[in-house]
Amino acid sequence: MLAKRIIPCLDVNAGRVVKGVNFVSLRDAGDPVEIARRYDEQGADELTFLDITASSDQRDIILHVVEQVAEQVFIPLTVGGGVRAVADVRRLLNAGADKVSMNTAAVENPQLVADASGKVGSQCIVVAIDAKQSEPGRWEVFTHGGRRGTGRDAIAWAQQVQALGAGEILLTSMDRDGTKNGFDLELTRAVSEAVDIPVIASGGVGNLQHLADGVIKGKADAVLAASIFHYGEFTVREAKEFMFSKGIEVRL
Amino acid sequence: MSCTVAVVDYGMGNLRSVAKAIEHVAPKDRVLITSNAAEIAGADRVVVPGQGAMPDCMRELEMRGLRDVVVRAAQKQPFLGICVGLQMLFGHAEEGGVMGLDILPGRVPRFPRNITAKPGGDRLKVPHMGWNQVNQTQDSNPHALWHGIRDTARFYFVHSYFVEPAQPSLIAGTTDYGIPFTSAVARDNIFAVQFHPEKSARDGLALLANFMSWNP
Repeated sequence: MLAKRIIPCLDVNAGRVVKGVNFVSLRDAGDPVEIARRYDEQGADELTFLDITASSDQRDIILHVVEQVAEQVFIPLTVGGGVRAVADVRRLLNAGADKVSMNTAAVENPQLVADASGKVGSQCIVVAIDAKQSEPGRWEVFTHGGRRGTGRDAIAWAQQVQALGAGEILLTSMDRDGTKNGFDLELTRAVSEAVDIPVIASGGVGNLQHLADGVIKGKADAVLAASIFHYGEFTVREAKEFMFSKGIEVRL
Repeated sequence: MSCTVAVVDYGMGNLRSVAKAIEHVAPKDRVLITSNAAEIAGADRVVVPGQGAMPDCMRELEMRGLRDVVVRAAQKQPFLGICVGLQMLFGHAEEGGVMGLDILPGRVPRFPRNITAKPGGDRLKVPHMGWNQVNQTQDSNPHALWHGIRDTARFYFVHSYFVEPAQPSLIAGTTDYGIPFTSAVARDNIFAVQFHPEKSARDGLALLANFMSWNP
């Protein structure tokens, strides 16, 4: 049967991985290619690069990063951050990305999701949703890196982007992101059960049980984590072996 | 001896990824990403990738005047179809009611709605996206393209439609996603897969390496 996916996420600023990644024997802790190769060797099922480059004149550097990674790492690559137009999607795919993730631009212009998936296919379009609980059982969509509320309901927005042609949802809990307290399982489950497309759970992973919970209790199709892998607390392989021991199908 | 492999460019698909993966496993060979019919006809091997919707793929193939050269390649050159490049080899597709190249007999249906992993189990999402196992058909000898690849190894899939060959002898691999479906087909010089070997890590690269040394 289909395996649940484990996806390390890397923040990239002007071509360098930030927040440091501690691997034993890594020559350069900020080199995206070297880090991507390391995660590939550990058995990562996919990689997500989030381009957080602020200055517009350095924005194209991510294309070179994607090109270099795609020449050496033969697993799916998702790239997000700063995608504003169908042309941005095309450039990233041409550079070697398999999927492109959009967040703020999709909220500001939902037609972009339809236009992009119409041009390159739903399988290439990921909509990232940053959600924050507003009341029990309700979550609001935030944009601009979680700084701006939109008044949109996260579940309704997930269903809308599916109807527009998104092929996958990357769901981040703003309440949990960075806390190491585990995914917002209620949010994850509510969104996953409301749509037919795969949902990646994100935000809050502090240990391996959290990853298993995201799949078993949150009904996520994939789990994304950054810091537990970056700082060498756990390898992707250890995460998979743990999930397997909990009865979850993984690629080992 | 080095050979030339043509990766057919008809505007649909991750050609660069496919080309890079082949270059990685066959560094001495020449990989051409091409929409030139003469180059395709003259290549030692032909790869037809494909992503997205089959009606779009068929339309683009026709518009670029590549239908005939692809049909001819499937008759004689070592031929690898990937994803929609597999689906196009068949006849009728449920998607858009379009006809494929009709080289192999069979249909291309969509995964049914509300499929479950087991009776009463969780609903399965469509597209089928991620790493799933391929059961190699072992009726006689395993196919040369499975050489060195463990039976039930996992490959990366992303698709909503699948092929249903009319002849069981065409089936080289099957996968289970609520229902069993054909994930690899083979006949003579043709091998075609529903998954993406170029994105399937070591086992995917092994399959591409096998293709590059295959003498059907």
